[in-house]
Amino acid sequence: MITGRVFNVQRFSLHDGPGIRTTVFFKGCPLHCTWCHNPEGLASAPEVLVVESRCIDCGACVDACPSGVAAVAGWGADGRTLCTACATCVEACPAEARQIAGRDVTVPELLAEIVRDRVFFEGGGGVTFSGGEPLLQLRFLEGMLEACRSAGLHTAVDTSGLAPLKHLLRIAPLTDLLLYDVKLVDEVRHRSHTGVSNATILSNLEALTRVHDAIWLRIPVVPGVNDDDANMQATAALAARLSSIRRVSLLPYHRLGADKLRRLKSTERLNRTEPPTRARMDELAAGFAAVGVTTTIGG
Amino acid sequence: MTEFYRERLGRHSPPVLRALAFRHLCEQQTIYLGAGELIVGERGPRPKAVPTFPELTCHSVEDLQILDSRPKTSYAVADECVETYEREVIPYWRGRTMRDRIFAALPEQWHRAYEAGVFTEFMEQRAPGHTVADAKIYRRGLRDAQQEIAAARGTLDYATDPDAHEKDEQLRAMDIACDAAIVFAERHAVLAERLAADEENPVRRIELERIAEVCRRVPAHAPRDFHEALQAYWFCHLAVITELNGWDAFSPGHLDQHLLPYYERGLADGTLTPERARELLECFFVKFNNHPAPPKVGVTAAESGTYTDFANINLGGLLADGADGSNDVSHLLLGVIDELHLLQPSSNIQISRGTSDEFLAHALRVVRKGYGFPSVFNADAVVAEQVRQGKSLEDARAGGCSGCVEVGAFGKEAYILTGYFNLAKILEITLHEGVDPRTGTQLGPQTGSPDSFATFDDLFQAYQEQLRHFLEIKIAGNQIIERIYAREMPAPFLSVLIDDCIANGRDYNAGGARYNNTFIQMVGIGSVTDGLAALRQVVFDEERVSLAELVDVLDRDFENAEPLRQRLVHRTHKYGNDDDYADELMVRVFDTLFAAVDGRPTVRGGHYRVEMLPTTSHVYFGSVTGALPDGRRAGVPVSEGISPVQGADREGPTAVFKSAGKMDHIKTGGTLLNMKLAPSLLEGDEGVANLARLVRGYFTLDGHHVQFNVVSADALLAAQADPSSHRDLIVRVAGYSDYFCDLSPELQNEIIARTEHAGF
Repeated sequence: MITGRVFNVQRFSLHDGPGIRTTVFFKGCPLHCTWCHNPEGLASAPEVLVVESRCIDCGACVDACPSGVAAVAGWGADGRTLCTACATCVEACPAEARQIAGRDVTVPELLAEIVRDRVFFEGGGGVTFSGGEPLLQLRFLEGMLEACRSAGLHTAVDTSGLAPLKHLLRIAPLTDLLLYDVKLVDEVRHRSHTGVSNATILSNLEALTRVHDAIWLRIPVVPGVNDDDANMQATAALAARLSSIRRVSLLPYHRLGADKLRRLKSTERLNRTEPPTRARMDELAAGFAAVGVTTTIGG
Repeated sequence: MTEFYRERLGRHSPPVLRALAFRHLCEQQTIYLGAGELIVGERGPRPKAVPTFPELTCHSVEDLQILDSRPKTSYAVADECVETYEREVIPYWRGRTMRDRIFAALPEQWHRAYEAGVFTEFMEQRAPGHTVADAKIYRRGLRDAQQEIAAARGTLDYATDPDAHEKDEQLRAMDIACDAAIVFAERHAVLAERLAADEENPVRRIELERIAEVCRRVPAHAPRDFHEALQAYWFCHLAVITELNGWDAFSPGHLDQHLLPYYERGLADGTLTPERARELLECFFVKFNNHPAPPKVGVTAAESGTYTDFANINLGGLLADGADGSNDVSHLLLGVIDELHLLQPSSNIQISRGTSDEFLAHALRVVRKGYGFPSVFNADAVVAEQVRQGKSLEDARAGGCSGCVEVGAFGKEAYILTGYFNLAKILEITLHEGVDPRTGTQLGPQTGSPDSFATFDDLFQAYQEQLRHFLEIKIAGNQIIERIYAREMPAPFLSVLIDDCIANGRDYNAGGARYNNTFIQMVGIGSVTDGLAALRQVVFDEERVSLAELVDVLDRDFENAEPLRQRLVHRTHKYGNDDDYADELMVRVFDTLFAAVDGRPTVRGGHYRVEMLPTTSHVYFGSVTGALPDGRRAGVPVSEGISPVQGADREGPTAVFKSAGKMDHIKTGGTLLNMKLAPSLLEGDEGVANLARLVRGYFTLDGHHVQFNVVSADALLAAQADPSSHRDLIVRVAGYSDYFCDLSPELQNEIIARTEHAGF
């Protein structure tokens, strides 16, 4: 049976589509955005996270680790790279200081988790498949969307847009709503902040607007990365030009990702960006409004 | 009162003595009419002053000194008052108060369990109360009631009814009580006329003349307009809480529905405007807030440390035919609640499947402000609960909620609360072979040592046996207490207001009401569920530790066992996460206590029922309960209502609702679920819409009640650090709202610790 790998199933999500939703985070992403707030979703393989503040120094992880790489509140020298994420230490840790990001589930298993909140989906809510990048697990995503449709659930797919167009076109008719991220309009800057070109992302968006009539654009606002007037004006112009964009959300950067990076014991991309001010967010919203695009701030 | 009793005791039957005592108060008590007031009448000689009720419970000199000096919820007590107590009151009442007589009558095993903190007892210092007015006080004046009383007396047949004389005494007492309340109102009329004569401000003079006119009209006769309707209720309220010190005062019930005809008529004939109606309602609200609960003595001061006297107004709900009961006055009242946000009266909304989204949204916009009220009830469940208890559908629809979350048939039921019951303590006792480890006393039966349980089910059976044992002690005690109240402490005025006391010729406290239910308030189901789930998982499923070893660790309060405690806290199944492993145990505990209590006969001809609510007793119960297997340390508060253990819910509010929804709420007389939400979740129209979806979803699961604390943990920490700047911060504490800075540090910490559900 086909399985998918997810790193979180978040109930009571209020900002990933309409109503009360359960958001499923797929593991693995082709982009590597510097500000990523779900860094545990980047790699496709499972990873062990350590919440240092919970550690009680009991050493259970060290005793349990079959590879001999675990150390109290982390790993020994080179242990992080040698860790196979077998999760033995996670099971041994009494304080839940060690956690595993990434578990494999079947379509019926995940559907059973999702329908638990069905009574709260009334009046517009449902399920959102996010990530990571859900399109990376195309067959599983298709299976989930079909299963949710049969179960009568409202569905949304939150995508970076970086996937073969034919994959997106297979998904589009199966989902009620597409949440589509647009980070930077300038190709060079996009590459430098996400590691990839945005050419496919933007052309895929154009193509999708012709086949899907419910697309929400989601624009992270990251100070120093994409919050400058030039980028925002270009983004507003794009939103204004495309039909089927039902909503544009400006999502202020927040620092939860930095905390999660510490849990991954990874400091490679840790940045010191401050969240945008409310005033700046309002200013940006006004810029969109000037070209006839209504935005919501957050969600 | 002491003087009155000294002179009169033994010369009258108990109901007539009580009615005369009430009349004595109505005739003699200092009355008050404040500047600018439109609704008049106080319980004491001035606002915020409360009487004591020595016939129920007599404070010692030490009690009075503590009340005067304690840092939280203190009551100023004049030296003169202390002297009077020492010289007159205490010597007379010692051994004669209801409290003394009840304690003397209760058996030894009751006292042992009570002192161990297995349960509390409401009636040890306040009378059965907590009931609610229905429409009849607007339809019928007390003079009309006296005609009903006379008619009932006329039908008594001494030849065939051996109780005829007793009934006649009851009815005569009711008649005297009506006179007393009318005299009290007329004294206010006289005072208003005197003040009007001296008043220089012409506007105020007209107001005072109008007040005099209103006080001559009500409660003797049925009110004719909006102003008279409010004053009629208020005099009835004062009479009920003056006659006896009933738990949770008295409440106006479906005020919006009762006032609607007066409101519409006033607007139609031009005698009322929405602004004037609002002003009158605000004057009315202030009267409630002027009335702190009379101070308590002994253990209950700790178990319920609050000034609040729990009047509760119902908004919305259902009409007799099942249609949506919300109306223009409901919206007007929401505006008043929003503007004044006073501690009292508390308010709630009754939401049915048929309630308009507009009314719910309006109410939730008020909830969002973070006052802690109105609390939110499922009107359909409230009706279903009452129908299950055998009430007619119409009576159930006219009923609603009072106190914290308790369900009753307004104007037709004596629904008595008996006391909180510590479910978590029972687990501790079970793990110690029936012994309370705090004192070493054998309190319960010997149900087996920890190493004697081969399976979890064996252990659970022992828990069930202990639970049933202590519930029987509790119930046996209440039979005694109710009998004493029925015989010695009738409430003739309240009996006039509650059907069918007049027709039956029987007192409210003696089973005269149409419906009579007696409730035990269960506390700590979250703690006991998590304790059982952790035991089952760690001892029986995973076999990490034997039960005897675990009990030893608990006895040491986890000393030198932090890794095990961490595992119990973090790595075991918890109620509140929509996790069937834990939730199924919650249901088993609930089913056990329900079976042990529901349907047992009471002295008043009714039945025992269960409720799931704590007020603040979970703090007291926690303080007398040792470490529990869910990793909770000794002395920490147990869980409150049906809320999860503080911080144990990790899957967000929908999972909490799902877990709570697995209990069959329809079998209870009310459940209390507390949920703290960060304000950021509720921004904009979408935030209100999502809150409405949460509420509707929970009510689809037959959930009874939820109250939202909309406040950030940071705000609470700031208030704790600097109380003087945050005196106005109101939080919802397990069923009622209170000023945060008035709460004990433990309770403050608990509110802060309660998971602040963040949105993602």
